[in-house]
Amino acid sequence: MHVSLTVNGQRAVTDVEPRTLLVHLLREELGLTGTHVGCDTSYCGACTVILDGKTVKSCTMLAVQAQGAEVTTIEGLAANGDLHPVQEGFWERHGLQCGFCTPGMIMSAVGLLSENGSPSEDEIRHGLEGNLCRCTGYHNIVRAVEYAAAKMRGEEPPAAEWEEGSS
Amino acid sequence: MGGGVVVSTTSVLGGVVKRREDPALIRGTGLYVDDLQLPGMLHVAFVRSPYAHARVVSVDASDAEGMAGVRAVYTAADVAHLGDLVTQVAVGKLRPLLAGDKVNHLGEAVAMVVADTRYGARDAADAVDVEYDPLDPVIDLKEAASDAALVHEDMESNVLLAWEGGPWGDEEAIAATQQAIADAKAQDDTVSVSFEAVNQRLLPMPIEPRSVVADWNVGYGRFTVHSSTQIAHALAGGIAQTFGLSLTDVRCIAPEVGGGFGCKLNVYNDEILVCFASQQLGRPVKFTETRRDAAGSTIHGRGWVATATITGTGDGQILGYELDGIADMGAYSQNFTVAIPFLGLFVGAGQYTFPTHWKVACVHTHTMTTDAYRGAGRPEAAYYLERAIDAFAREIGMDPAEVRRKNFIPADKFPGAATHIGFPMDTGDYETNLDALLETAGYEDLKAERDRLRTEGRLVGLGLATYVEVCGFGPSALVDLGFSWAAYKIPSGFSGSGLVRVQADGTASVIIGTGPTGQGHQTAWAQIVSNQLGIPVENIRVSHGDTAESPLGIGTFGSRSAAVDGSATYEAANKVRAKAADLAAHLLEASADDIMFADGGAHVAGSPDQQVSWSDIATLAYQPHRLPEGMEGGLEAHAVFSPGNATWPFGSHLALVEVDGDTGDVKLLRYIAMDDCGNVINPMIVDGQIHGGLAQGIGQAMFEDGDYEADGNLLKWSFVEYPLPTSADLPSFELHRTVTPTDINPLGVKGIGEAGTIGSAQTVVNAVVDALSPLGVTHVDMPLRPKRVWEAIQAAKTNGSVS
Repeated sequence: MHVSLTVNGQRAVTDVEPRTLLVHLLREELGLTGTHVGCDTSYCGACTVILDGKTVKSCTMLAVQAQGAEVTTIEGLAANGDLHPVQEGFWERHGLQCGFCTPGMIMSAVGLLSENGSPSEDEIRHGLEGNLCRCTGYHNIVRAVEYAAAKMRGEEPPAAEWEEGSS
Repeated sequence: MGGGVVVSTTSVLGGVVKRREDPALIRGTGLYVDDLQLPGMLHVAFVRSPYAHARVVSVDASDAEGMAGVRAVYTAADVAHLGDLVTQVAVGKLRPLLAGDKVNHLGEAVAMVVADTRYGARDAADAVDVEYDPLDPVIDLKEAASDAALVHEDMESNVLLAWEGGPWGDEEAIAATQQAIADAKAQDDTVSVSFEAVNQRLLPMPIEPRSVVADWNVGYGRFTVHSSTQIAHALAGGIAQTFGLSLTDVRCIAPEVGGGFGCKLNVYNDEILVCFASQQLGRPVKFTETRRDAAGSTIHGRGWVATATITGTGDGQILGYELDGIADMGAYSQNFTVAIPFLGLFVGAGQYTFPTHWKVACVHTHTMTTDAYRGAGRPEAAYYLERAIDAFAREIGMDPAEVRRKNFIPADKFPGAATHIGFPMDTGDYETNLDALLETAGYEDLKAERDRLRTEGRLVGLGLATYVEVCGFGPSALVDLGFSWAAYKIPSGFSGSGLVRVQADGTASVIIGTGPTGQGHQTAWAQIVSNQLGIPVENIRVSHGDTAESPLGIGTFGSRSAAVDGSATYEAANKVRAKAADLAAHLLEASADDIMFADGGAHVAGSPDQQVSWSDIATLAYQPHRLPEGMEGGLEAHAVFSPGNATWPFGSHLALVEVDGDTGDVKLLRYIAMDDCGNVINPMIVDGQIHGGLAQGIGQAMFEDGDYEADGNLLKWSFVEYPLPTSADLPSFELHRTVTPTDINPLGVKGIGEAGTIGSAQTVVNAVVDALSPLGVTHVDMPLRPKRVWEAIQAAKTNGSVS
């Protein structure tokens, strides 16, 4: 089937089997391998992308359902090459280890902050509940999102725990 | 050595350095195996058994073979000439590459389908018609240990061996220990507490499913294999061994690997089988697990049932600890399978001095193989021991911290302290660590607050546990005990290696034998080398995971990379420094003994303004005609580090929980950890390792359960049925540390990958049992999901233990 959509600002037109998942279109047809597949059941969130302004799990959506949509993947997040504040937060606060869940986690965090610019720790934790990470215990993911939220509000991010000499 | 100075103006070792690997990973440009698309690449799907135990009556692949895009369907007969799956600790039944006339666990591969597309391979796998004749499975561990029915009809017993201490299985010593404990029990003034507990099976579940791409080049006669493995060199050797090739005929590459936690520390049948298919079909072949494949056909961890008995006097002196258990090996032995409880045996007596008799039998069942999952034997050992200490403390009415303190191996026994099986330990100061935890946490205040809340009827509990871990494997001499890796053609085993090369422009390439699965090697190793050479971290590039270029290293597991391969890299850097000092001395017309390295170059002591850069030094090295006579060109060095012992990190953890008495829901309110992993290379990375380790231990305590049903079914196919902890389930962690460097390696580092997991499950369970203790509850098995906790509360009420 014919499908046309816009991905990271670029128009993409391709033919796919009707059953092709959006994530496989992105990864295997368009070569955007930053979006990962972790579970096949929409539970882990590694495949999260932003579609028409909303975060979606791209392993749960058929490519043809994205007809005409605007999709942003992790590769499209750094505008003009500059890191998005959420990407910066993950780097600054050690919000990733193996990096496999990270693209989906970052996209979900971007979605969360677009709805709530000043989330509490509890709101961050519940906001990211649909994305699983097996490496970090989420501790530093929360710190990364707090960092990004402050940056996006134009404020100085909270000091890193190691800067406070906490251990 | 030349130079004779260790100078760093960077203080880079021990400091926080942002990770060198992150920019690619946060931009989505890291390459994981499943991202790889090679020209002409084919895709694999497996036909897997829906039964735990059955005869395979027939396999009819004719429909599948007739489907468009299907290249081949292979069954056991096609690969029989390759033998069983190559296995290091070959005790018990080894895994056939594909099941033949019998399947022995749910999810066992019966046939392999190769097709042009991922979707096409799955369609064809569904079209393969396998007829089974189901048989009764052996699932229950006690039933398996009784040999009432055999898992494998050609074996005499389901019991493969039992790990028992005494010193190295010394029967007289074991008998003497048992007698001492029996004598203690017979004393009038002692009490014994005994309980049976399950340490349930767990599924490792890294978020990246395993993936492998094999590409046979018939012209070169060489495999290039990309795999999401923790052990690239062992995989290369395992493939070479299976196909009768040399090590140079197999190149394995582990690119970005999306978490491992031990489950990628195996050579898998699918890795061998895609090589076979690639060789047969002359095309690259990829297999990527579905999550269902990962749940049922990648190794599992834990799976023990054991009875712990602890005996002591009312003043808190423990006079004996006994563990009698059964550990589930699954249907087939793979890389380390039967060796996992052995790692538990090492630390069976934890930080304590009391006589310990520890015996765990290893049995086959009709389930997936168990092997190394984060902690691997040590969490199980620590769980039973620390639950027992708490049970004893409760019985005699003494503070659990005080009981522990009374029974610690005293700090003045180091150096020279040994475990209960006589294995020497490196360094330790357990009481200082525990006291630091209690003071930092405000233990007395927390206890008072708990007691106050109890008077309001709230079920609040405090849980304490300590641990000592054996890791940083080494010693090299493990090779002589049979853990030789010879099955994978890499018999150098438990040493480590690193290679440091200063490039002509003064930047440095570091190539290491082990590869990370998220532990930040590219950063930590750059810090080690930067500290020795004064080359800035940003000018050091660390590469790993490609067996064609990297020196031999067995892999990243058992919290060993920094201690062993990090130490090798440190020594390689020192060799480079010594040569660079000679080169700089030549340039500066000085003695090598007077050369100092600082600020990205070298100078003569006392004359920092006369500096030569690393580029100047390297340029000279690569223009050998300018060198003084007798000096070799080039500026690189390789070192092998042979550890004389494992390392022995330790720590103390404290948890505060509240249980909802109406629903059984457990809320983890605070988690405070005081870990001691010796020196720290990068505190940010070390804390991150502890965070993740805690989440996995807490996951076992509260959420995860990989146990099979009685009929051999595994109802854990997705993250819905097998719930990993989510961000909403966990609190922020409070981490602290004491620092007791090891003397086993020059960096003084012990390893931190598994400590969080080893220390945490029992800490949480002790807290929940403490919370429920006013009701008379003394034990609840993991995972502490609401239903189980609620049932424990109801049972206690029914028993009338609550007034």
